[in-house]
Amino acid sequence: MWETFGFEFVNFYLIPGLVLGCIYALGAIGITLTFSILRFANFAHGEVMMIGAYFTWTAMILSNDLFGVPLHPLVAAAPAVILAIGLFILVDRYFYKPFRSASTIRVVMASFGMMLIIRSFVQAVWGPNQLTFVPGIAKPNEMVKNLTASIDMMILVPNKHFWIIAGTLIIMLALSWLLTKTKIGKGMRAVSDSPELAKVSGIDVEIIVKATWFVGGFCAVAAGVFLAMDLQMLETTMGFRMLLPMFAAAILGGIGRPFGAVIGGLVIGLAEELSVYPWFGNGSLISPGYKTGVAFTIMVIMLVIRPSGLFKGRLF
Amino acid sequence: MSDSKALDISNLHAGYGETEILKGINLSVKSSEIVAIIGPNGAGKSTVVKSVLGLLNVISGNISLNGENIVGIAPDKAIKLGISYVPQTHNIFPNLTITENLEMGAWTRTTGISERIDEMFELFPDLKVKRNKVAGSLSGGQRQMVAMAKALMVDSKIMLLDEPTAGLSPKFQAEIFRTIKRINKNGVPILLVEQNAKQALETADKGYVLVDGSNKVEGTGKDLINDRNVARMFLGSKD
Repeated sequence: MWETFGFEFVNFYLIPGLVLGCIYALGAIGITLTFSILRFANFAHGEVMMIGAYFTWTAMILSNDLFGVPLHPLVAAAPAVILAIGLFILVDRYFYKPFRSASTIRVVMASFGMMLIIRSFVQAVWGPNQLTFVPGIAKPNEMVKNLTASIDMMILVPNKHFWIIAGTLIIMLALSWLLTKTKIGKGMRAVSDSPELAKVSGIDVEIIVKATWFVGGFCAVAAGVFLAMDLQMLETTMGFRMLLPMFAAAILGGIGRPFGAVIGGLVIGLAEELSVYPWFGNGSLISPGYKTGVAFTIMVIMLVIRPSGLFKGRLF
Repeated sequence: MSDSKALDISNLHAGYGETEILKGINLSVKSSEIVAIIGPNGAGKSTVVKSVLGLLNVISGNISLNGENIVGIAPDKAIKLGISYVPQTHNIFPNLTITENLEMGAWTRTTGISERIDEMFELFPDLKVKRNKVAGSLSGGQRQMVAMAKALMVDSKIMLLDEPTAGLSPKFQAEIFRTIKRINKNGVPILLVEQNAKQALETADKGYVLVDGSNKVEGTGKDLINDRNVARMFLGSKD
């Protein structure tokens, strides 16, 4: 049973689907928070993921070349997180804030412009070609392999996938603590619920806006680095290609629902991978070329039948 | 001290942008009083409250809170000074629990938050049982209680209520007016804007009738109820 069905399903479809889902989930958190707290769809979000991965790669290279210390991507991501959050806050201050009192579409367009600016900047600095993030073939974790093989259910999961799934879980727990236990997190939920009431309750909305970029930037860099770890390479369009599924995840979960975004991300990631599993006969259900269409289809269906998402998010 | 003016508005002209809605309002709330503003739709009742809070453009005139001029103050500063404001609609955070709503009301406070929450649960015992429920799941009357408790989380120097009974059943309306009296007995002066003129005037120590952006009639609640013009205009009396 395991040999004929489970082995292939779990190792080649389910685990990659979960990994992809984790990456979408982290990106979608930032999108859903910006959408609900600042009231606009931030098209530059994918680019911050991408530039975060490039910063991380640069930190790894510098550390290795200058000090001879090879850094794990997750360690090298620390300075990248700071840079990316700084970038988000600067961009907000000088490119989004001036438009905030005008109609939303201006901020959306500003973010579209920012998306092109950041991508061109990365192309100018790091070049337009793919870069190798982590060289070599990712071997499956020996311990898990031997342990599961001993009960005849061999699972092949490379360490990078472990880090991605565990890292996502830890970030989720931290986010949950932040949003439900801290003053600033509750303030973020309050502004997301009703910005007008927040203002007349004396809530310092500017602090909340900064906190939103902080959380969004952190999750975006995590998503970008996880994506680079998974693909083992960097390219300047990697963030942009994530944008549609991340928006789909945010809408599926319900705008303004960070945990909805996580569920949405996992559902979309799994749906994309499982849509190419040979459910009937020998061929994959749909051609792998149409994988990205799955996210789009889910988003369209959701917008038609239940625009508030699975967890009753905000309607605009 | 007990009867000094908590809020004093004199010759207030205010509006949205250049549009002048209030054309010379004079009004005061003493520190022991409940004051009601009644008047037809569009008379500028809510505009009075909003200009106290700094939510719109004050063209000229004076607003003072316990003798301190607060014209042009930013809303968050107004809250910090101790203005408890309850908007007419969207006055709670529906996805936050009752306790979290109260905590958000206390954003500008640094100390004594949990003590104040306990005081609020004493004032609104119904809310205590449901403290961990999200506010959006409550009935209309209970939401209004949450909104009032949330507003009172500051050290209230005055409470501004914008049509607190709009859209509530008569039973809840009576409950809200009883609560308003209770809050006032605890030492909070109250300025109340109401469509529900009769009950508002019965509750209030003093009333103002606003028509077209200026005060037409003022007097004690009882006097206004007995005033034939007011009765004809707002209280549904036929003669």
